[in-house]
Amino acid sequence: MHAVEVNQHPGLNLTQHSDVHVPKNATVIFGFWIFLMSDMVFFGLMFAIYITMIGATADGPGPKELFDFTSLALQTGALLLSSLTAGMALLVLKYNQRQRTMVLWLLATLILGLTFLTLEVRDFIAMFAMDAGPWRSGYLSAFFGLVPLHGLHVTMGCLWLVVLLIQLSIFGMVPKLKTRFMRFALFWHFLDLIWIGIFSIVYFGAWTYG
Amino acid sequence: MIGRKQFSSLALSGVTIAALMVAPCPLFADTFLEPAGQIASDQRSHLLWVTGITMIAVIPVFVLLPLILLRYRRGRSGATYKPRWEYSLPLEITMWGVPLFLVGVLSLALWQSTHKLDPYKPIEGAGPPVNVQVVGLDWKWLFIYPDLGIASVGELAIPVDQPVAMTLTTDTVMQSFIISSLAGQIYAMPGMTTELHVMADTVGAFEGENTQYNGNGFVGQKFMTRAMDTADFDGWVQKVKSDGVALDEAAYGVLARQSSQEEAHKGLASGAMPSDAIWFTLPDIHLFHKIVGRYHTGKPLPLAAQPGTVEFSAATQEAAQ
Amino acid sequence: MTYQDIFGRLTLDALPFTAFIRAPSVNEAVASTAASIVVVGALTVLFLLTRYRLWGPLWRDWLTSTDHKKIGIMYIVFSLVMMTRGVIEGVVMRTQQAFGLDGGFLQPDHFAQLFSTHGTIMIFFVAMPFVAGFINYVMPLQIGARDVAFPVMNQISLGLTVASGVMLMVSLVVGKFSTGGWSAYPPYTGAAFNPGVGPDYWIWAIVVSGLGTTLSGINFATTIYKMRAPGMTFFRMPLFTWTVVCSSILMVFALPPLSVAALLLGLDRYLDFHFFTNDLGGNMMNYANLFWLFGHPEVYLLVLPAYGMFSEVFATYSAKRLYGYTSLVIATMSIAVLSFTVWLHHFFTMGQSALINAAFGIATMLIAIPTGVKVYDWMATMYRGRIRISVPMIYGIGFLVLFVIGGLTGVILANPTIDYQVHNSLFLVAHFHNVLIPGVLFGLLAGYNYWFPKAFGFRLNERLGRRSAFLWIAGFSLTFFPLYFVGLMGMPRRSFSYTDPAFVPYMIVAVLGAFCIFSALITILVQLKVSIKERDQNRVPIGDPWDARTLEWSIPAPPPEYNFALLPQVRERDEFAMAKIEGRAYAAEGDYEDIEVPKNTPIGFVLCVLSGVWMFALVWWIWWLAALATALIILAVILWTFDIDNEHVIPAADVRKAHEAWLEQIRLTKPVDRDHEADPSNQGLAKTELEG
Repeated sequence: MHAVEVNQHPGLNLTQHSDVHVPKNATVIFGFWIFLMSDMVFFGLMFAIYITMIGATADGPGPKELFDFTSLALQTGALLLSSLTAGMALLVLKYNQRQRTMVLWLLATLILGLTFLTLEVRDFIAMFAMDAGPWRSGYLSAFFGLVPLHGLHVTMGCLWLVVLLIQLSIFGMVPKLKTRFMRFALFWHFLDLIWIGIFSIVYFGAWTYG
Repeated sequence: MIGRKQFSSLALSGVTIAALMVAPCPLFADTFLEPAGQIASDQRSHLLWVTGITMIAVIPVFVLLPLILLRYRRGRSGATYKPRWEYSLPLEITMWGVPLFLVGVLSLALWQSTHKLDPYKPIEGAGPPVNVQVVGLDWKWLFIYPDLGIASVGELAIPVDQPVAMTLTTDTVMQSFIISSLAGQIYAMPGMTTELHVMADTVGAFEGENTQYNGNGFVGQKFMTRAMDTADFDGWVQKVKSDGVALDEAAYGVLARQSSQEEAHKGLASGAMPSDAIWFTLPDIHLFHKIVGRYHTGKPLPLAAQPGTVEFSAATQEAAQ
Repeated sequence: MTYQDIFGRLTLDALPFTAFIRAPSVNEAVASTAASIVVVGALTVLFLLTRYRLWGPLWRDWLTSTDHKKIGIMYIVFSLVMMTRGVIEGVVMRTQQAFGLDGGFLQPDHFAQLFSTHGTIMIFFVAMPFVAGFINYVMPLQIGARDVAFPVMNQISLGLTVASGVMLMVSLVVGKFSTGGWSAYPPYTGAAFNPGVGPDYWIWAIVVSGLGTTLSGINFATTIYKMRAPGMTFFRMPLFTWTVVCSSILMVFALPPLSVAALLLGLDRYLDFHFFTNDLGGNMMNYANLFWLFGHPEVYLLVLPAYGMFSEVFATYSAKRLYGYTSLVIATMSIAVLSFTVWLHHFFTMGQSALINAAFGIATMLIAIPTGVKVYDWMATMYRGRIRISVPMIYGIGFLVLFVIGGLTGVILANPTIDYQVHNSLFLVAHFHNVLIPGVLFGLLAGYNYWFPKAFGFRLNERLGRRSAFLWIAGFSLTFFPLYFVGLMGMPRRSFSYTDPAFVPYMIVAVLGAFCIFSALITILVQLKVSIKERDQNRVPIGDPWDARTLEWSIPAPPPEYNFALLPQVRERDEFAMAKIEGRAYAAEGDYEDIEVPKNTPIGFVLCVLSGVWMFALVWWIWWLAALATALIILAVILWTFDIDNEHVIPAADVRKAHEAWLEQIRLTKPVDRDHEADPSNQGLAKTELEG
């Protein structure tokens, strides 16, 4: 039976409480991967729109005038670091170490996520103050269609994490909650991936070629 | 199993369709099935050719299906029954091979015809092309002859056997421009230009229209293309020059607001003009570029300055009073 | 607080009755009648539910159910209701055009609402839920699963789809729907040119139902990939299930472009963005690309499952294996992949280079290859079979004949040079109805007659079924073949009137056809009513009335909540057919086990209501209500996740008892041969005529 567990779900021993849940766990994680693929298409299209609209600045500010790379470096740092802490939390979960350690890693993830959001919102406010909002041009519309969409995902991720932590305190680490943490981690890493795309295309790419 | 009534209803529909199909040909006036130019004529032959080739795959279905249904109906004695038969290499090769071959042939023809009949490709003809700038408005087409200093609405006059080079845009929502007897359609989009090259090879009048729904007056957005010989065309140009009203800002405002061609005619035309056309002289030969440029000022376009909106209609009416 | 703060832009003028009272006309009378039908219909349903005290059962057995079979049935009921409206709209449009020489009785604006709602309803709220309903009902049974992967999410998908459909019904009573067609091209649908509520109704209905469909796609794909019965390898799956694989892939990948297109249009309209506006660098060509990047795969998303249904029907009623299973699988997959490479053919006329047009034209024609292979595979399936021409087969034969004509015109339209001429004409309208009605709808109706006894335990009336099938075939032919000709004669689509008298005879034939279609629909409803009345003579409790081939027929009709008392061990393709031939069907031995099934939950219904409120609030700019609904939606989802003990167990003993009672019933039932398929003696136990 043990071999089956490993095949069903490498990396997470979800089955210490019950063997029955193994196939179900594999199913929910698989479904979540498909959701991420769909979401990836959504982002991919927004990237495509952004690329087609880099030139559509309508005499308004373009990539060269807008970006605060110091703030962006901090945002990137915070988000990448949060991916690391989320990964650490999952390792704790995998090796069945102390739940408190895991919660600490997750709280660190949450704080880094919120830091990212704060910095991002601050950037948006600064842009609005320069009359560089979506109302100004097609280019800025595409920018504000894509970057805050990612921000919205991060916000949802933070909310999700809070809910999971509350559920953890109520139910303890039941198998159902384990797969939820795992899906949360997948989601969080996915947002990191998107951010790398945003950083390379929306900021650097447009700044270089726009 | 199949009732008499059902048979008769099927037969009725068959007969009706057949009757419609053999209906006399003038039905296709003003379309590419009665072409008045080389492009439309090539499009028609391409249509017939594609239909013919595809029939090679279609007709066997019509022939084999009834045969199979008759021969292998349950209860019919003597017919072979092969319940496990599910694969046959020769049949597979035919099933995949024949469509593949047909599509290959059709693709070659598609490739050639698409390039040959590209609407952007200039046409060779007797004499230099006549340049026409086409502006889609709600709900009429404006034709500007920048080289001749004139413009018209409701009537596109062109010399026969001479290429016509059209550049299109709209000053409202997207529209689609077609003169079916001469060539296919092309979209006209605000702030952008597209191109269409046509040439008429017979004298005559052919209807043209917008095919992209753009509001209440959509069905009335038609015009006549009048292909005439060179002398007549020159005469027409002179007449427009002498009888046309100046297409100044006020006149353009009346023209561009949401209204039917008849309403615009009432507001702008003089008695010297035909009932289905409005003629203009062109004080500003850069009008077309100004229309395209309207959307590229880098400033938001207030609704009152956007033709096709209710606000624009109100603003131009106010200006007129 | 002002009026606007509370009610947004909602005023009494939004009701069609107000306009009718102020300025009575035929146009307003039609609008008011339509609105009244919706209101009276809704009130009647509410009254009947109260009168017969059905609220409790409705809530317990249906609205809160997570059983994929019940969800499937609810999808289909919903789509039939919407189809009634869609067909009536089609008839009204045909009637208008029949009288449309220089006028007619409708205002152009009203006509535009009709073609916009007709298209939106038929695609998103008839075809999609009909297909989703069948997938829900049949697919888990075909792969030997006890449920779908995410039963509650399944319920939520249904809720979102229904809420969006209800929005279209609401738009008939409150305010106006979009006039921009089902594709809602900006800038026409932008705030500058259409400031009213119409495009907003369209946007939110599309966004919410699109989300529901994406979730369905995830659900179906996961179910097939992860929950097949032991031994059910991919190449043993029934062909319908294969088409569902493709269809769910299309749902997952093709719905996002639609959601993006609609949401960006919404951002333009609500928050002064400039994605598709005329000014400030907006570009409506992006919209066209996004919409058709969805729109073309959508066609195959709908038609592939219908192909799957026809594959089942042809094999069953020919008493023969499906010819060319592997070919059909490859063809299905090729179509699914190719469908993503052809979207540009919807706008050959946008001014791109000949090279691009030619490339997309050829890609489009490539789809004709696997489609042609399928048609010939189905004919080869019938070849050397023992064909029974029952109702699903009539649809199947009608499909084959009519669909190749649709395929022919598809190949014609794939040629950019011809498309330049017939694009935006009634020729195009005739073409896509020619693929969607014989292709999709006939497949669904064949499936309806085929699987109905499985779902409800009794057969549908055969005579009325035949009558409706013939009416559909005749009605379709009469309506749409004339439109091909009118299209070639140069009539643009979406024209409420015309000036060429030559169109009139064609339009009159078309309206006759439309009434034929309407009576076909009525016949289906009558068939349902008669069949319910005669249900006791037509019961098929054993579950295999057609001597069929796949696993869903190996269980009782209707199936128990857990579908399979014993999970089937699949040894080969057409498992149930082979089991019958080899005499091992209806085996009794096996290890009965406790079965976990999801508990009922109200979350789908709650989200249905809340998302409906949310859409209505957004459409009418009632911001406080929109914010409240948003908060409640998030709260409801969070609260639902706290319910982690959401399964209940059916003990093995109960499962065994029910199963053994059924097996006992089989021993007492007389098997019938195919001569008595439509007899009362057919109780769903086939004296199999299949041969090995």
